[in-house]
Amino acid sequence: MTSYIIRRLLQIIPTVFVALSFLFFIFFLLPGDPARLIAGGAERNVDPGVLERVEERYGFNEPIGEQFTNYWQRTIQWDLGESFLTNESVNEILGRKAVASVRLAIWAIIIEIIVGISVGLLSAIRRYSIGDRITTILTAAASAIPVFVLGFVLQYLFAVQPNKLDFPEWARLRTSGIGPDTWTFFFIPTGEQWRYLILPAITLASVTTALLARMTRGSMLEVLRADYMRTARSKGLGEREVVLKHGLRNAMLPVVTLIGIDFGTAIGAAVLTEFTFNWPGIGSQIVTSVDQRDLPVLLGLTLAVVLAYALVNVIVDVSYAWFDPRIRLGKGEQS
Amino acid sequence: MTLTDPAAPAALEGTTDPNGVEDLGAARPLRIDVWRRFRKNRLAMVGLFFIVFLVLVAIFAPAIAPYSITERTSGSARQPPSMDHFFGTDNIGRDVFSRVVYGARVSLKIGILATIISLTIGLLLGATSGFFGGTIGTLIMRLTDVFLAIPYIVLAVAIATVLGRSENSIILIIGVIGWTSIARIVRSSFLSLKRLEYVEAATALGFSRSRVMFKHILPNALQPIIIYGTIAIGSVILTEAALSFVGVGPVDPTPAWGKMVAEAKSSLTNAPHMLFFPAGAIFLTVLSFVFVGDGLRDALDPKLK
Repeated sequence: MTSYIIRRLLQIIPTVFVALSFLFFIFFLLPGDPARLIAGGAERNVDPGVLERVEERYGFNEPIGEQFTNYWQRTIQWDLGESFLTNESVNEILGRKAVASVRLAIWAIIIEIIVGISVGLLSAIRRYSIGDRITTILTAAASAIPVFVLGFVLQYLFAVQPNKLDFPEWARLRTSGIGPDTWTFFFIPTGEQWRYLILPAITLASVTTALLARMTRGSMLEVLRADYMRTARSKGLGEREVVLKHGLRNAMLPVVTLIGIDFGTAIGAAVLTEFTFNWPGIGSQIVTSVDQRDLPVLLGLTLAVVLAYALVNVIVDVSYAWFDPRIRLGKGEQS
Repeated sequence: MTLTDPAAPAALEGTTDPNGVEDLGAARPLRIDVWRRFRKNRLAMVGLFFIVFLVLVAIFAPAIAPYSITERTSGSARQPPSMDHFFGTDNIGRDVFSRVVYGARVSLKIGILATIISLTIGLLLGATSGFFGGTIGTLIMRLTDVFLAIPYIVLAVAIATVLGRSENSIILIIGVIGWTSIARIVRSSFLSLKRLEYVEAATALGFSRSRVMFKHILPNALQPIIIYGTIAIGSVILTEAALSFVGVGPVDPTPAWGKMVAEAKSSLTNAPHMLFFPAGAIFLTVLSFVFVGDGLRDALDPKLK
């Protein structure tokens, strides 16, 4: 088990290396010249002397191979550099933005797990009921609606309209920014904070919740037919225990795989959600940094995201063994 | 779907009883069976009709749209829907209805062409990886891992900034990014199919590797590819909308639906129609492709039901 985990963690290294190097070279081909941008703006005529000093300071005048080597030497020591534009250290930016992103993500995951699994479970048990049919259509709809469209529709319904129609104050939600930024226990909003949190959290959760509900339903339908379910019933166990303990736990295995695969989708959704709601997290910062050609910030934040994604996949693989004791990790693994 | 070897030379079939073979199971061609089952799926049929409708709208866009995509009606920005402008007007007074109609062309073109690029790359790499295995197979799978490790939106935004924002470069970007899933699907089909006896027989007959790969194995691996490809067109349209939304999609005045939604961002309070019509178009289109893909899956593989 331990050797399996270590091997999987080591496998992350080449993947991350190639992925980030690829991005590094792509951004070197970017049409906008970062030196020019720092020296005063892409559209303006910049004093060549100033331009030269900027190039020297940030190392743009060195050959690309050397810049590449330097970049990796610094990155290995987790020295992510400073923002070209604000001179703030990327580590600080990352720390600040990651907190906002993680807070939003925690609430999205809570919504996803509670709503996704219970809806999937219920529609599997009451197959072909009206509720099941509505769920099927809703989950298909949720996977067809762009995240940002859903974000805008929710903003329109719960923030714009209530303001227009003069709803009582408690029924009005906020649409933009993080708000007062007050929390207890790291992630529980206090005061007015929930008004800013709830819409982005629902929006971010929507896509993965639909997928989770769909997957739970399919997987549960399979399990409900299994022989051990009949055995459990014939032992005299209550229906509740049969479904939850014997059924759900077995049905979760393919679902866990899905959560791992969909983490990538979730990251994409997070970028769009944060951008839609101006939530100051990693996602919206990445979009801004691309726009501003702020290479250190962009590569630093992407490194963090790529690492997180790789780690989640390892955790998902390891958690198989917990859900299904028949799986022995690290033995007879197929290539 | 039963396994058949469509590329088996006719001379070989002649060795069995020439009459008995036909009567055994193949009373109807498969595609008629598939169509019958597909037709029974109401959602899939609705999806199919909408796609046909959309294709017609795209073809006859100049005849349907009352205005051109750039024509501005002076003094009538952000007009609500009326008889003059069915879907109202946008921030600078252009007719939203005409732009949504022409947008069908953009979305379908990007959706179909990008999917073809992804399918081609995924098919070639997945087939190679699954058929040959070994070092090449592992290397290709590592490459898909790398592509999957970068969140697609970051990758797409990065490449879009480099390649520029024409329609063609968007097609190329989405096509080049989207091949990983199809490569995995094709690889696993090839891995299991290449062990079957009929493939062994074809190899024993001395057929070249590429003939075995593409004429003997591929037809039996097509089913998941067709299903995936249908759904992929929908998700490509979603990706295009997302790229347009974050500002790296096709440039003005191309009437991309995603960009129209992004333009509505600032006018949510006084011109919600600018959001709802293009957003509805994206939604219905993607949903149709999902329904048709689901219907195809059920029709092609009745066991799954």
